[in-house]
Amino acid sequence: MNPIEIESVQQQLESFIDKDVYVHLETTNGAYASHFDEKAYNVGAYIRNAQVKFSQAKIVGNGKSYRVGLKMEFGWIYAEGLTDWTIHEEKQLLLAGHDREGRLMVSLELSEVPFRY
Amino acid sequence: MVIYPHPDDESFGAAGTITKFREEGVPVTYLCGTLGEMGRNMGSPTFANRETLPEIRKEELINACEALDIELQMLGYRDKTLEFEDRQMVANHLKGLLEDINPSLVITHYPEHAVHPDHNALGAAAIEAVRLMDEDKRPVVWVQAITNNYDEELGKPDVRNDVTAYFDQKMKAIVAHKSQADGILGKFRENSEITADIEEAAKQRLGTEQFYIWNY
Repeated sequence: MNPIEIESVQQQLESFIDKDVYVHLETTNGAYASHFDEKAYNVGAYIRNAQVKFSQAKIVGNGKSYRVGLKMEFGWIYAEGLTDWTIHEEKQLLLAGHDREGRLMVSLELSEVPFRY
Repeated sequence: MVIYPHPDDESFGAAGTITKFREEGVPVTYLCGTLGEMGRNMGSPTFANRETLPEIRKEELINACEALDIELQMLGYRDKTLEFEDRQMVANHLKGLLEDINPSLVITHYPEHAVHPDHNALGAAAIEAVRLMDEDKRPVVWVQAITNNYDEELGKPDVRNDVTAYFDQKMKAIVAHKSQADGILGKFRENSEITADIEEAAKQRLGTEQFYIWNY
């Protein structure tokens, strides 16, 4: 993946507006967080291949770390801490946030076809 | 037969023991539960992403099994979901493979003492699979605990394999999992002036492989 270029990502996000799209949304600090540090909590969530439709899409950030908000008819999709992006297999938009060691902390992905199960 | 859920569990957890068995001419099969699809290590520097990670880890797994000279079967479950699958279904799946391959020994994780939910769930399913077999056909089952305080709770492990003699082979298998091992190796390089100590520390942490014998 490459560091986020805000204009390119904004353009990509808009290409999914008003379409039935599949979303992968995830955050994790790993299954071993409290194993290595007893004061840490294991926290994570993901949803994969939920079908959604949104009418507005926006990426906002300070040049290093970005947030994305997608406005749906009855709610929002939100991700914070995004740092990198790529287009996977020509049509899937992958956004992710990595820590210093390159470990994935958050991920937001959009596709018109389901992500491979 | 080794039954763990993730590509690299076999290398970090049992590569020394596996190498010892292979040198004695014992055939070994690894039943790998998932492809570690939800891993957060993407290489260091990052070269994988959420969608490319499964194929990358599959290739690493194949390479590690080649390095260890063992057979590999991928079970096709999804990372992080094993505890939500039907335990009996998974156990029956494993039982079919046990009957086909007919191992004398099964190595798996110690349920509730193996930190990762997938470890605990697949370990429990493997133990159940063996329990479902005719008593006279059951293999011996070695279970591995990895919590920080397992010896306080469970007592001393029954099997304690000093694998320092096979450490090079074990490291070869670990390094085959490039997307996962990179982080650790990167830290080695960063601190090159204390490399010897870290290698020594790694040997201490990974140089012994311990198992309990499951009592049916």
